[in-house]
Amino acid sequence: MASWDWQLYCTDMVTEEVAPKCFGAPGYETYLDAMIHGWGWTMFVSVIGLLVALVAGSLIGILRTVPNRKLAMFGEAWTELFRNIPLIVQLFIWYHVIPRLFPVLDLPPSVLVVIAIGLFTSARISEQVKAGILTLPKGQRYAGLAMGLTLPQTYRHVLLPMAFRIVIPPLTSESMNIVKNSAVAFAVSIPDLAQFALQASEQSSFVQIFLPVTLLYFVSAYAINRVAKVIEWYVRVPGILGAK
Amino acid sequence: MTDLDFSFLTWDVLSSFVAKGLWFSIQLTLSAMIGGIVLGTLLALMRLSGKWWLERPAAIYVDTLRSIPLVMVILWFFLLIPYIAGPLGAEKTALITFTLFEATYYSEIMRAGIQSVPKGQVFAGYAMGMTYKQTMGLVVLPQAFRNMLPVLLTQTIVLFQDTSLVYAIGAYDLLKGFEVAGKNFNRPMETYLVAAVVYFVICFSLSMLVRRLQKKIAIIR
Repeated sequence: MASWDWQLYCTDMVTEEVAPKCFGAPGYETYLDAMIHGWGWTMFVSVIGLLVALVAGSLIGILRTVPNRKLAMFGEAWTELFRNIPLIVQLFIWYHVIPRLFPVLDLPPSVLVVIAIGLFTSARISEQVKAGILTLPKGQRYAGLAMGLTLPQTYRHVLLPMAFRIVIPPLTSESMNIVKNSAVAFAVSIPDLAQFALQASEQSSFVQIFLPVTLLYFVSAYAINRVAKVIEWYVRVPGILGAK
Repeated sequence: MTDLDFSFLTWDVLSSFVAKGLWFSIQLTLSAMIGGIVLGTLLALMRLSGKWWLERPAAIYVDTLRSIPLVMVILWFFLLIPYIAGPLGAEKTALITFTLFEATYYSEIMRAGIQSVPKGQVFAGYAMGMTYKQTMGLVVLPQAFRNMLPVLLTQTIVLFQDTSLVYAIGAYDLLKGFEVAGKNFNRPMETYLVAAVVYFVICFSLSMLVRRLQKKIAIIR
């Protein structure tokens, strides 16, 4: 292995010239610039993907618990479909196949990647949401309906407020997983961290590129995990589960 | 709107492009499962040993690998292994990587499994005059293994899906087989779709089997 040269991060990726400033020097694109840029993409894909996953996953999770058989079956089918195909294959389908079959969905690559990762994760979230609703005693649902609430009202005012607070801890680990899973986006040439690692290490010693990139993933996943833990602490239900 | 045409996917094409990849994916899954469960059980025993010089290294190993994207782990090993063991090629590298990586997931499952065995069982073993090795091997691990069998198998389905990530180092797996076939016939869309269907059928039927097994085990207990 070649000796480590940290000045590398201040040199331009194309011209190999040392930039006057390591980060954000006008006219240069240093390795540091590219890495921060890649990190931005990773965080963008993860955070927006997580939002998509939370919305879709909650809806599907709720559908799977409603009395209407057709809706419940749709929810089950959705979950099985997105859970049983590897993420990278789903990504290729969204990226290479769907835009050509349905020209309406000819969206920018970043949007397609967010959809792919979001829907993949939605299957796992729907599983948690369903489990959360089913752990509530059946009496709660019946009590709501007996009070004259409609089914949507029962969900809105009785079941979901409890279910969501129960589901938050498993969702915390899902938020960490999505950062890790976002690394798959390299396969469709989104300029994220993994893509940066692949490209930059072609031109220099890989350890000195891979070490900071790996650390950055580590820190990002951990940071998202901490944020989720804080939310978890705020919404916890006193007296049940892990709450103290 | 482009028309899809699957007619080029004859048995000949499938067996010459895809079969090799499917075989590698299965081999990779099975050997990483066996190696991963053995190594994972060792790691779990280390973490539950009560000796800090065994606990700490195992905990660091498991927690580190679990917080890094699998793609990065694959790339790390692919670039590091030539320095340690000489050039091995993408396929063997993938075997080593997946065994070492999946061991961390299996170890967490086995740890939960060992903890699910009532403490009284351990004490009973010791009271019978058994050594630590005998108590673990004859009393605790068989029960832990059995309690966790459905979870271990579910993890193996996840492992099978994860093997598609060897795409990063260009190993010839199921996905790659379809991709090469698609490039040769200039029909990439069709092959991606069929690849998705094949993965779905395999994973879905396996998870149905696991669900049935889970019911069976639940009745006996």
